[in-house]
Amino acid sequence: MKSVIKGAGYILVHTPDMVLHNGTTQTTERIVNPESEYLKELPSHIRSFDKALSYWPNQVYIGNKHPDELSAVEQPWCDKDCDVNDRFGPFGQIMPQEEFLLLMQACDVFGLVKLEQGFVNAHRAALAANPIMDESILARVPEAQTEAAEIKRLVDEEHSEALYHNGELVGCVTRAHDIDVNLSAHVMHENLVSKASSVMALLSAIKNAGISKDDVEYVVDCAEEACGDMNQRGGGNFAKSAAEIAGLNNATGSDARGFCAAPAHAMIEAAALVASGAYKTVVVTAGGCTAKLGMNGKDHVKKGLPIMEDMIGGFAVVLTQDDGVSPEVNLDMLGRHTVGTGSAPQAVISSLVTNPLDKTGLKITDIDKYSPEMQNPDITKPAGAGDVPLANYKMIAALAVKRGELQKADLATFPAKHGLTGWAPTQGHIPSGVPYIGFARNDIMAGKVNRVMIIGKGSLFLGRMTNLFDGVSFVIQANTGAEQSGVSEEEVKGMIAKAMKDFAATLMADAQ
Amino acid sequence: MDLENQKRVKEFAEQYGPENIVVLLGAAEGEASGLAAETVTAGDPTYAGPLTGVSLGLTVYHVCEPEVKAEFDDAVYDEQVSMMEMVLDVDDIISEMSAIRNEHCKYLG
Repeated sequence: MKSVIKGAGYILVHTPDMVLHNGTTQTTERIVNPESEYLKELPSHIRSFDKALSYWPNQVYIGNKHPDELSAVEQPWCDKDCDVNDRFGPFGQIMPQEEFLLLMQACDVFGLVKLEQGFVNAHRAALAANPIMDESILARVPEAQTEAAEIKRLVDEEHSEALYHNGELVGCVTRAHDIDVNLSAHVMHENLVSKASSVMALLSAIKNAGISKDDVEYVVDCAEEACGDMNQRGGGNFAKSAAEIAGLNNATGSDARGFCAAPAHAMIEAAALVASGAYKTVVVTAGGCTAKLGMNGKDHVKKGLPIMEDMIGGFAVVLTQDDGVSPEVNLDMLGRHTVGTGSAPQAVISSLVTNPLDKTGLKITDIDKYSPEMQNPDITKPAGAGDVPLANYKMIAALAVKRGELQKADLATFPAKHGLTGWAPTQGHIPSGVPYIGFARNDIMAGKVNRVMIIGKGSLFLGRMTNLFDGVSFVIQANTGAEQSGVSEEEVKGMIAKAMKDFAATLMADAQ
Repeated sequence: MDLENQKRVKEFAEQYGPENIVVLLGAAEGEASGLAAETVTAGDPTYAGPLTGVSLGLTVYHVCEPEVKAEFDDAVYDEQVSMMEMVLDVDDIISEMSAIRNEHCKYLG
């Protein structure tokens, strides 16, 4: 059985106040250097929602612009306005902070998110007008909310995590336990943001795939947060909790973790679950990460740039059994960085790119587009991290030259021909290969490309459990048509006759 | 340079003697190589890690420099490094590394 990409959803949330109050670069600075110039300077570098909408990479992320169009725009992009600034796109939407805070409350089933009455009254209608919302979600935002004085008391006296909008205290997330740090207000805030953005991605992907919510049998969450208590810190289960809010009543699910490589792992697992027949429809989903907001803010402020890491990202991909037209995941050519692969870049790229190609006799140039780490270079270059996708393409091209599959003279043109310009927010797992799946589906079905490789990589050393690197890759290709429906009746009869004949021959041989 | 790596370099230099240590870098560009080389010779230029104000003067090379390449078994180098050698701006790395070595290295033979 084959598994196909039925649809994908990509969402962003503009969270300027969370940059200031929840990004770890800022929270760390507030602890070690509270009077720093950076913290004073930072607020004047925060973008408005309109500016976030007209930012080229954001319009690419939700599908209003194609990566090919982005690559034709001269960098830097932060000083240019995209000619499209719609908050909705074919893949999803860009949600403003005020709507998202209400959605966070809708996603909280333990009454931890408190919002100020006037704030909710002012923004409820906007959330209700959002095309992916329905009555069941909206009904989760209660009519009676909290008074401003009580919110201030909860923040000042009860260790609640404050929720700001335009610099004003408009709510808080209370702690879920008095002493367990895993259920602290800070952790609950981080997890509820991840969950709410995952719900947005799930709803967008299901709408785009044109399936019923009841069709979904399994959800795999591949974000980078952990939910649990002091007895099981990463117990889970983001997948099922988001599925509950999204109304996927026939689904269960589980969380897959592997740092930035997790989405690629989750895609392979989901494709295999469908191909094996275990489940007919599986959705891979991930919400975003507050900790990474403003991660490279110091460099951006120092260089007089706006804070571009003000977006929470999310994505979801729907995989179903073969429909005869949607692009399929080829499970016969999976790339794996194994324990024994080592950490030399050459070994890493070989394990992820050429090893799987060798299984089916393909050359590096037989893959039309590679999608490795798709970080937006507008964000990474000023921070000294270079152009991450381009660095990957150069390595793949160099390997192709070494294998005699590419002329050395063509090294320079390989990235434009077989690569993409990065557009994804630096939210860890979000850029990791998967942002291209939505475009890949469209491009393959339009006949623009035939075969694409998605590559996920992860830095496992950050968890201090191993120094090993990690990564997996898979290929999405044009639908190869109807599958062989097994063997015909004639063939079965022939097989039985042959077996009987062989059995008789054995008996005769024994008798002799 | 990563603070944890600075700590390890400092400890090795104390344990084995700075004259017996060679630091081998694999950074992806000249500027980053130069910063790491400066850290283990003149001291941490970012004033953040354990090598701040500590001038170890260690011998330091990038793996793509010819002196280091000559020490390798050709087959191993081809398997482990040659792809990156094609990708990196080796001339820029050599120029950055030589400048730092000439100025701050105390144990060049």
